[in-house]
Amino acid sequence: MDRPIRVVVAKPGLDGHDRGAKVVARALRDAGMEVIYTGLRQTPEQIVETAIQEDADCVAMSILSGAHNHLFPRVVNLLREKGAEDILVVGGGVIPEDDIPGLISSGIAGIFTPGTPTSVTIDFIKANIKRK
Amino acid sequence: MDIKAGLLKKDKRAAARLISMMENGEAEAVQIIKECYSMTGNARIIGITGPPGAGKSTVTDKLAKQLRKEGKQVGIVAVDPTSPFTGGAILGDRVRMTDLSCDPGVFIRSMGTRGALGGLSKAAHGAVKVLDIFGMDYIFIETVGVGQSEIDIVKLADTVVMVMVPGLGDDIQAIKAGIMEIGDIFAVNKSDRDGAERTAAEIEAMLDFNRSEEYRPPVLNIVARDNEGIEELLELIENHWDYQEKSGSYDQRKIRRLRTEIMDIFKDAVMKTVYDLSEDTNIIDELAQKVMDKQLDPYSASDRLMDEFTKKRLYNC
Repeated sequence: MDRPIRVVVAKPGLDGHDRGAKVVARALRDAGMEVIYTGLRQTPEQIVETAIQEDADCVAMSILSGAHNHLFPRVVNLLREKGAEDILVVGGGVIPEDDIPGLISSGIAGIFTPGTPTSVTIDFIKANIKRK
Repeated sequence: MDIKAGLLKKDKRAAARLISMMENGEAEAVQIIKECYSMTGNARIIGITGPPGAGKSTVTDKLAKQLRKEGKQVGIVAVDPTSPFTGGAILGDRVRMTDLSCDPGVFIRSMGTRGALGGLSKAAHGAVKVLDIFGMDYIFIETVGVGQSEIDIVKLADTVVMVMVPGLGDDIQAIKAGIMEIGDIFAVNKSDRDGAERTAAEIEAMLDFNRSEEYRPPVLNIVARDNEGIEELLELIENHWDYQEKSGSYDQRKIRRLRTEIMDIFKDAVMKTVYDLSEDTNIIDELAQKVMDKQLDPYSASDRLMDEFTKKRLYNC
Protein backbone atom coordinates (compact mmCIF):
# COMPACT_ATOMS: atom_id res chain seq x y z
CA MET A 1 0.00 0.00 0.00
CA ASP A 2 1.61 3.22 -1.12
CA ARG A 3 -0.48 5.75 0.71
CA PRO A 4 -0.51 6.56 4.42
CA ILE A 5 -3.37 5.15 6.43
CA ARG A 6 -5.48 7.96 7.90
CA VAL A 7 -6.72 7.48 11.44
CA VAL A 8 -8.93 9.79 13.49
CA VAL A 9 -7.95 9.58 17.16
CA ALA A 10 -10.75 10.91 19.29
CA LYS A 11 -11.86 11.12 22.90
CA PRO A 12 -15.64 11.07 23.03
CA GLY A 13 -17.59 12.35 25.99
CA LEU A 14 -16.49 14.11 29.14
CA ASP A 15 -13.19 12.44 29.79
CA GLY A 16 -10.09 14.55 30.17
CA HIS A 17 -7.37 11.90 30.34
CA ASP A 18 -5.62 12.03 27.03
CA ARG A 19 -2.17 10.65 27.74
CA GLY A 20 -3.11 7.23 26.37
CA ALA A 21 -4.64 8.68 23.24
CA LYS A 22 -1.51 10.75 22.65
CA VAL A 23 0.73 7.72 23.12
CA VAL A 24 -1.29 5.81 20.54
CA ALA A 25 -1.33 8.81 18.20
CA ARG A 26 2.46 9.06 18.31
CA ALA A 27 2.85 5.33 17.79
CA LEU A 28 0.59 5.43 14.75
CA ARG A 29 2.56 8.36 13.37
CA ASP A 30 5.81 6.48 13.87
CA ALA A 31 4.26 3.61 11.97
CA GLY A 32 3.76 5.92 9.00
CA MET A 33 0.11 6.81 9.50
CA GLU A 34 -1.51 10.21 9.26
CA VAL A 35 -3.27 10.79 12.57
CA ILE A 36 -6.03 13.36 12.75
CA TYR A 37 -5.99 14.13 16.44
CA THR A 38 -9.27 15.72 17.45
CA GLY A 39 -8.72 16.25 21.15
CA LEU A 40 -11.07 16.09 24.09
CA ARG A 41 -14.82 16.22 24.58
CA GLN A 42 -15.90 15.15 21.15
CA THR A 43 -19.49 14.20 20.56
CA PRO A 44 -20.19 11.14 18.41
CA GLU A 45 -21.57 13.52 15.76
CA GLN A 46 -18.32 15.49 15.69
CA ILE A 47 -16.23 12.33 15.45
CA VAL A 48 -18.27 10.96 12.55
CA GLU A 49 -18.28 14.27 10.68
CA THR A 50 -14.52 14.50 11.13
CA ALA A 51 -14.02 10.96 9.87
CA ILE A 52 -16.05 11.74 6.77
CA GLN A 53 -14.36 15.04 5.92
CA GLU A 54 -10.95 13.55 6.54
CA ASP A 55 -11.75 10.43 4.48
CA ALA A 56 -10.44 8.38 7.37
CA ASP A 57 -9.66 4.68 7.10
CA CYS A 58 -10.10 4.19 10.82
CA VAL A 59 -11.60 5.84 13.88
CA ALA A 60 -9.74 5.07 17.11
CA MET A 61 -11.47 6.17 20.29
CA SER A 62 -10.28 6.32 23.86
CA ILE A 63 -12.56 6.44 26.88
CA LEU A 64 -11.63 6.20 30.53
CA SER A 65 -14.92 7.47 31.92
CA GLY A 66 -16.96 4.30 31.61
CA ALA A 67 -19.28 5.63 28.93
CA HIS A 68 -17.99 3.29 26.23
CA ASN A 69 -21.06 1.10 26.03
CA HIS A 70 -23.10 4.10 24.99
CA LEU A 71 -20.65 6.20 23.02
CA PHE A 72 -18.74 3.59 21.00
CA PRO A 73 -21.81 1.94 19.40
CA ARG A 74 -23.31 5.39 18.80
CA VAL A 75 -20.32 6.27 16.63
CA VAL A 76 -20.64 2.99 14.71
CA ASN A 77 -24.34 3.62 14.10
CA LEU A 78 -23.83 7.19 12.97
CA LEU A 79 -21.14 6.06 10.53
CA ARG A 80 -23.59 3.53 9.12
CA GLU A 81 -26.31 6.17 8.80
CA LYS A 82 -23.95 8.36 6.82
CA GLY A 83 -22.96 5.54 4.49
CA ALA A 84 -19.48 5.33 5.97
CA GLU A 85 -19.60 1.82 7.40
CA ASP A 86 -16.37 0.98 5.59
CA ILE A 87 -14.44 2.98 8.19
CA LEU A 88 -12.78 0.67 10.71
CA VAL A 89 -13.69 1.51 14.32
CA VAL A 90 -11.44 0.54 17.21
CA GLY A 91 -11.36 1.59 20.83
CA GLY A 92 -9.33 1.56 24.01
CA GLY A 93 -9.20 2.86 27.53
CA VAL A 94 -10.73 1.62 30.74
CA ILE A 95 -12.99 -1.09 29.37
CA PRO A 96 -13.94 -4.11 31.47
CA GLU A 97 -13.40 -7.54 29.86
CA ASP A 98 -17.12 -8.32 30.23
CA ASP A 99 -18.08 -5.37 28.05
CA ILE A 100 -15.83 -6.33 25.16
CA PRO A 101 -18.04 -8.97 23.45
CA GLY A 102 -20.98 -6.54 23.44
CA LEU A 103 -18.86 -3.82 21.88
CA ILE A 104 -17.50 -6.19 19.23
CA SER A 105 -20.95 -7.34 18.25
CA SER A 106 -22.12 -3.75 17.96
CA GLY A 107 -19.45 -3.11 15.36
CA ILE A 108 -16.24 -2.11 17.13
CA ALA A 109 -13.62 -4.17 15.33
CA GLY A 110 -11.08 -4.26 18.12
CA ILE A 111 -10.66 -3.17 21.73
CA PHE A 112 -7.14 -2.42 23.00
CA THR A 113 -7.00 -1.99 26.75
CA PRO A 114 -4.11 -0.65 28.85
CA GLY A 115 -1.01 -2.81 28.58
CA THR A 116 -1.59 -3.70 24.94
CA PRO A 117 1.61 -3.06 23.02
CA THR A 118 1.07 -0.33 20.44
CA SER A 119 2.45 -2.71 17.80
CA VAL A 120 -0.62 -4.91 18.30
CA THR A 121 -2.93 -1.97 17.60
CA ILE A 122 -0.86 -0.89 14.61
CA ASP A 123 -0.82 -4.35 13.06
CA PHE A 124 -4.54 -4.73 13.63
CA ILE A 125 -5.34 -1.48 11.89
CA LYS A 126 -3.07 -2.28 8.97
CA ALA A 127 -4.61 -5.72 8.55
CA ASN A 128 -8.23 -4.68 8.87
CA ILE A 129 -8.80 -1.42 7.02
CA LYS A 130 -11.18 -1.84 4.15
CA ARG A 131 -9.59 0.26 1.40
CA LYS A 132 -6.06 -0.61 0.35
CA MET B 1 -19.34 5.85 -5.12
CA ASP B 2 -19.74 8.08 -8.14
CA ILE B 3 -17.28 10.69 -7.01
CA LYS B 4 -17.98 13.33 -9.60
CA ALA B 5 -21.74 13.13 -9.17
CA GLY B 6 -21.30 13.25 -5.41
CA LEU B 7 -19.08 16.29 -5.62
CA LEU B 8 -21.57 18.17 -7.77
CA LYS B 9 -24.38 17.21 -5.39
CA LYS B 10 -22.28 18.64 -2.54
CA ASP B 11 -21.84 15.30 -0.83
CA LYS B 12 -19.00 15.81 1.66
CA ARG B 13 -18.00 12.17 1.57
CA ALA B 14 -17.44 12.31 -2.19
CA ALA B 15 -15.47 15.55 -1.89
CA ALA B 16 -13.34 14.05 0.88
CA ARG B 17 -12.65 10.97 -1.21
CA LEU B 18 -11.71 13.09 -4.20
CA ILE B 19 -9.24 15.07 -2.09
CA SER B 20 -7.64 11.78 -1.00
CA MET B 21 -7.43 10.62 -4.59
CA MET B 22 -5.70 13.87 -5.54
CA GLU B 23 -3.32 13.39 -2.61
CA ASN B 24 -2.51 9.92 -3.84
CA GLY B 25 -1.97 11.12 -7.40
CA GLU B 26 -4.76 9.06 -8.91
CA ALA B 27 -5.36 9.71 -12.60
CA GLU B 28 -9.12 9.36 -12.18
CA ALA B 29 -9.12 12.28 -9.76
CA VAL B 30 -7.18 14.49 -12.15
CA GLN B 31 -9.68 13.60 -14.86
CA ILE B 32 -12.58 14.74 -12.69
CA ILE B 33 -10.84 18.03 -11.90
CA LYS B 34 -10.18 18.56 -15.61
CA GLU B 35 -13.86 18.05 -16.35
CA CYS B 36 -14.95 20.40 -13.57
CA TYR B 37 -12.24 23.03 -13.88
CA SER B 38 -14.60 25.64 -15.30
CA MET B 39 -16.43 25.51 -12.00
CA THR B 40 -13.42 26.80 -10.07
CA GLY B 41 -12.63 30.45 -9.49
CA ASN B 42 -15.46 31.45 -7.17
CA ALA B 43 -13.73 30.94 -3.88
CA ARG B 44 -11.44 33.46 -2.24
CA ILE B 45 -8.31 31.73 -1.08
CA ILE B 46 -6.73 33.02 2.09
CA GLY B 47 -3.34 31.74 3.22
CA ILE B 48 -2.67 31.68 6.95
CA THR B 49 0.99 31.26 7.75
CA GLY B 50 3.54 32.10 10.42
CA PRO B 51 5.82 30.49 12.98
CA PRO B 52 4.72 27.45 14.99
CA GLY B 53 2.62 28.35 17.99
CA ALA B 54 1.59 31.75 16.65
CA GLY B 55 -2.07 30.72 16.73
CA LYS B 56 -2.79 30.09 13.06
CA SER B 57 -5.43 27.44 13.71
CA THR B 58 -7.20 29.61 16.27
CA VAL B 59 -7.14 32.60 13.92
CA THR B 60 -8.54 30.41 11.13
CA ASP B 61 -11.25 29.09 13.43
CA LYS B 62 -12.33 32.58 14.47
CA LEU B 63 -12.26 33.98 10.95
CA ALA B 64 -14.33 31.04 9.74
CA LYS B 65 -16.89 31.58 12.48
CA GLN B 66 -17.18 35.24 11.61
CA LEU B 67 -17.72 34.37 7.95
CA ARG B 68 -20.34 31.81 8.93
CA LYS B 69 -22.24 34.57 10.73
CA GLU B 70 -22.26 36.36 7.38
CA GLY B 71 -23.73 33.27 5.74
CA LYS B 72 -20.62 32.31 3.82
CA GLN B 73 -19.55 28.73 3.14
CA VAL B 74 -16.01 28.05 4.34
CA GLY B 75 -13.43 25.44 3.46
CA ILE B 76 -10.27 24.94 5.50
CA VAL B 77 -7.18 23.01 4.47
CA ALA B 78 -4.84 22.58 7.44
CA VAL B 79 -1.36 21.32 6.70
CA ASP B 80 0.99 19.81 9.28
CA PRO B 81 4.46 18.35 8.82
CA THR B 82 4.97 14.77 7.69
CA SER B 83 7.89 12.97 9.32
CA PRO B 84 10.66 12.53 6.77
CA PHE B 85 11.65 9.32 8.56
CA THR B 86 8.38 7.46 9.03
CA GLY B 87 6.09 9.11 6.50
CA GLY B 88 3.55 9.60 9.29
CA ALA B 89 2.10 12.78 10.72
CA ILE B 90 0.09 14.14 13.61
CA LEU B 91 -2.49 16.41 12.02
CA GLY B 92 -3.62 18.38 15.01
CA ASP B 93 -4.99 21.66 13.68
CA ARG B 94 -8.58 20.46 13.96
CA VAL B 95 -8.23 20.50 17.73
CA ARG B 96 -8.61 24.28 17.58
CA MET B 97 -11.67 24.08 15.34
CA THR B 98 -13.91 21.64 17.19
CA ASP B 99 -17.01 23.85 17.10
CA LEU B 100 -16.87 23.94 13.33
CA SER B 101 -16.87 20.15 12.86
CA CYS B 102 -20.62 19.82 12.65
CA ASP B 103 -21.35 23.10 10.90
CA PRO B 104 -22.85 22.07 7.56
CA GLY B 105 -21.40 25.16 5.89
CA VAL B 106 -17.83 24.24 6.79
CA PHE B 107 -15.47 21.60 5.42
CA ILE B 108 -12.16 21.01 7.18
CA ARG B 109 -9.44 18.81 5.74
CA SER B 110 -6.13 18.04 7.41
CA MET B 111 -3.14 17.17 5.26
CA GLY B 112 0.45 16.16 5.81
CA THR B 113 3.20 17.84 3.82
CA ARG B 114 4.16 14.36 2.51
CA GLY B 115 7.68 15.30 1.52
CA ALA B 116 7.20 18.84 0.26
CA LEU B 117 9.59 21.35 1.80
CA GLY B 118 7.86 24.71 1.50
CA GLY B 119 5.24 24.27 4.19
CA LEU B 120 2.47 23.06 1.91
CA SER B 121 1.77 19.71 0.35
CA LYS B 122 1.55 19.49 -3.43
CA ALA B 123 -1.91 18.08 -3.00
CA ALA B 124 -3.07 21.26 -1.30
CA HIS B 125 -3.67 22.73 -4.75
CA GLY B 126 -5.92 19.80 -5.54
CA ALA B 127 -7.78 20.11 -2.26
CA VAL B 128 -8.43 23.80 -2.90
CA LYS B 129 -9.84 23.05 -6.34
CA VAL B 130 -12.14 20.38 -4.93
CA LEU B 131 -13.45 22.76 -2.26
CA ASP B 132 -13.85 25.51 -4.86
CA ILE B 133 -15.90 23.22 -7.11
CA PHE B 134 -17.82 22.08 -4.03
CA GLY B 135 -19.02 25.66 -3.67
CA MET B 136 -17.04 27.23 -0.88
CA ASP B 137 -17.00 31.03 -0.78
CA TYR B 138 -13.79 31.22 1.20
CA ILE B 139 -11.01 28.65 1.50
CA PHE B 140 -8.38 29.01 4.19
CA ILE B 141 -5.06 27.27 3.75
CA GLU B 142 -3.17 26.97 6.94
CA THR B 143 0.44 26.04 6.43
CA VAL B 144 3.15 24.56 8.53
CA GLY B 145 5.02 27.40 10.16
CA VAL B 146 8.43 26.61 8.81
CA GLY B 147 9.51 30.02 9.92
CA GLN B 148 11.64 31.17 7.05
CA SER B 149 10.30 30.36 3.67
CA GLU B 150 6.58 29.88 3.43
CA ILE B 151 6.97 30.35 -0.28
CA ASP B 152 4.49 27.70 -1.27
CA ILE B 153 1.56 29.60 0.18
CA VAL B 154 2.11 32.43 -2.29
CA LYS B 155 1.60 29.99 -5.15
CA LEU B 156 -1.88 29.31 -3.93
CA ALA B 157 -3.44 32.18 -2.01
CA ASP B 158 -5.11 35.41 -3.11
CA THR B 159 -4.25 36.97 0.25
CA VAL B 160 -1.57 35.82 2.69
CA VAL B 161 -2.07 36.60 6.37
CA MET B 162 1.15 36.31 8.35
CA VAL B 163 0.37 35.51 11.96
CA MET B 164 3.17 36.67 14.24
CA VAL B 165 3.57 36.51 17.98
CA PRO B 166 5.45 38.76 20.40
CA GLY B 167 8.65 37.69 22.02
CA LEU B 168 9.85 35.16 19.45
CA GLY B 169 13.46 36.20 19.69
CA ASP B 170 14.93 39.28 18.12
CA ASP B 171 13.97 41.38 15.16
CA ILE B 172 16.35 39.39 12.99
CA GLN B 173 13.72 36.68 12.75
CA ALA B 174 11.35 39.17 11.25
CA ILE B 175 13.63 40.37 8.51
CA LYS B 176 14.87 37.04 7.25
CA ALA B 177 14.02 36.66 3.61
CA GLY B 178 10.65 35.27 2.84
CA ILE B 179 8.58 36.30 5.82
CA MET B 180 8.42 40.00 5.17
CA GLU B 181 8.05 39.60 1.45
CA ILE B 182 5.02 37.40 1.36
CA GLY B 183 2.59 38.80 3.91
CA ASP B 184 -0.27 40.88 2.58
CA ILE B 185 -1.51 41.40 6.13
CA PHE B 186 0.41 41.00 9.38
CA ALA B 187 -1.52 39.96 12.46
CA VAL B 188 0.29 40.10 15.78
CA ASN B 189 -1.59 37.48 17.76
CA LYS B 190 -1.51 36.98 21.54
CA SER B 191 -1.08 40.72 21.66
CA ASP B 192 -2.12 40.74 25.32
CA ARG B 193 1.41 39.53 25.98
CA ASP B 194 4.43 41.72 26.67
CA GLY B 195 6.21 42.94 23.63
CA ALA B 196 3.24 43.10 21.28
CA GLU B 197 3.61 46.82 20.60
CA ARG B 198 7.29 46.35 19.96
CA THR B 199 6.70 43.45 17.57
CA ALA B 200 4.16 45.49 15.62
CA ALA B 201 6.57 48.42 15.48
CA GLU B 202 9.39 46.20 14.24
CA ILE B 203 7.21 44.86 11.47
CA GLU B 204 6.21 48.39 10.47
CA ALA B 205 9.88 49.38 10.40
CA MET B 206 10.74 46.45 8.15
CA LEU B 207 7.85 47.33 5.87
CA ASP B 208 9.25 50.84 5.57
CA PHE B 209 12.39 49.33 4.08
CA ASN B 210 10.94 46.60 1.96
CA ARG B 211 8.00 48.08 0.20
CA SER B 212 7.75 50.78 -2.38
CA GLU B 213 4.53 49.59 -3.96
CA GLU B 214 1.08 51.10 -3.76
CA TYR B 215 -0.17 48.55 -1.29
CA ARG B 216 1.39 48.62 2.15
CA PRO B 217 0.53 45.55 4.23
CA PRO B 218 -1.33 46.60 7.36
CA VAL B 219 -0.24 45.41 10.79
CA LEU B 220 -2.97 44.52 13.29
CA ASN B 221 -2.80 43.47 16.93
CA ILE B 222 -5.25 40.71 17.79
CA VAL B 223 -6.04 38.22 20.51
CA ALA B 224 -7.62 35.38 18.55
CA ARG B 225 -8.44 33.30 21.60
CA ASP B 226 -10.72 36.11 22.85
CA ASN B 227 -12.00 36.93 19.36
CA GLU B 228 -10.41 40.38 19.59
CA GLY B 229 -9.53 41.97 16.30
CA ILE B 230 -11.06 39.23 14.20
CA GLU B 231 -13.71 41.40 12.55
CA GLU B 232 -11.04 43.98 11.80
CA LEU B 233 -8.81 41.29 10.32
CA LEU B 234 -11.60 40.16 8.06
CA GLU B 235 -12.10 43.76 6.95
CA LEU B 236 -8.41 44.00 6.06
CA ILE B 237 -8.74 40.81 4.01
CA GLU B 238 -11.70 42.36 2.18
CA ASN B 239 -9.69 45.55 1.64
CA HIS B 240 -6.85 43.59 0.11
CA TRP B 241 -9.27 41.91 -2.24
CA ASP B 242 -10.77 45.27 -3.27
CA TYR B 243 -7.32 46.72 -3.80
CA GLN B 244 -6.32 43.82 -6.05
CA GLU B 245 -9.45 44.12 -8.13
CA LYS B 246 -9.27 47.89 -8.54
CA SER B 247 -5.56 48.02 -9.28
CA GLY B 248 -5.55 45.10 -11.69
CA SER B 249 -2.89 43.38 -9.62
CA TYR B 250 -5.19 40.42 -9.06
CA ASP B 251 -4.84 39.33 -12.66
CA GLN B 252 -1.06 39.83 -12.66
CA ARG B 253 -0.70 37.81 -9.50
CA LYS B 254 -3.03 35.09 -10.72
CA ILE B 255 -1.21 34.68 -14.02
CA ARG B 256 2.09 34.34 -12.15
CA ARG B 257 0.54 31.68 -9.94
CA LEU B 258 -0.87 29.77 -12.88
CA ARG B 259 2.48 29.82 -14.63
CA THR B 260 4.13 28.37 -11.56
CA GLU B 261 1.37 25.81 -11.14
CA ILE B 262 1.70 24.54 -14.70
CA MET B 263 5.47 24.23 -14.29
CA ASP B 264 5.08 22.38 -10.99
CA ILE B 265 2.57 19.92 -12.44
CA PHE B 266 4.85 19.41 -15.43
CA LYS B 267 7.89 18.78 -13.22
CA ASP B 268 5.93 16.14 -11.34
CA ALA B 269 4.91 14.48 -14.59
CA VAL B 270 8.53 14.38 -15.74
CA MET B 271 9.67 12.87 -12.45
CA LYS B 272 6.93 10.29 -12.62
CA THR B 273 8.16 9.18 -16.03
CA VAL B 274 11.70 8.93 -14.69
CA TYR B 275 10.51 6.83 -11.73
CA ASP B 276 8.54 4.58 -14.07
CA LEU B 277 11.66 4.24 -16.22
CA SER B 278 13.80 3.33 -13.27
CA GLU B 279 11.28 0.75 -12.12
CA ASP B 280 11.10 -0.90 -15.50
CA THR B 281 14.76 -0.90 -16.42
CA ASN B 282 17.15 -0.39 -13.48
CA ILE B 283 18.74 2.27 -15.60
CA ILE B 284 19.59 4.59 -12.75
CA ASP B 285 21.35 1.81 -10.84
CA GLU B 286 23.27 0.93 -14.00
CA LEU B 287 24.27 4.51 -14.59
CA ALA B 288 25.33 4.92 -10.95
CA GLN B 289 27.51 1.83 -11.24
CA LYS B 290 29.10 3.14 -14.46
CA VAL B 291 29.92 6.43 -12.73
CA MET B 292 31.28 4.50 -9.75
CA ASP B 293 33.50 2.50 -12.11
CA LYS B 294 34.58 5.76 -13.75
CA GLN B 295 33.18 4.66 -17.11
CA LEU B 296 31.02 7.76 -17.05
CA ASP B 297 30.83 11.08 -15.26
CA PRO B 298 27.55 12.12 -13.58
CA TYR B 299 26.79 14.76 -16.21
CA SER B 300 27.07 12.27 -19.07
CA ALA B 301 25.02 9.83 -17.02
CA SER B 302 22.31 12.44 -16.84
CA ASP B 303 22.53 12.94 -20.61
CA ARG B 304 21.99 9.19 -21.09
CA LEU B 305 19.03 9.31 -18.76
CA MET B 306 17.61 12.19 -20.79
CA ASP B 307 17.92 10.07 -23.97
CA GLU B 308 16.07 7.16 -22.35
CA PHE B 309 13.45 9.50 -21.00
CA THR B 310 12.86 11.01 -24.44
CA LYS B 311 12.60 7.56 -26.02
CA LYS B 312 10.10 6.50 -23.41
CA ARG B 313 7.95 9.56 -23.94
CA LEU B 314 8.10 9.19 -27.74
CA TYR B 315 7.34 5.53 -27.98
CA ASN B 316 5.57 4.54 -24.78
CA CYS B 317 3.10 7.25 -23.99
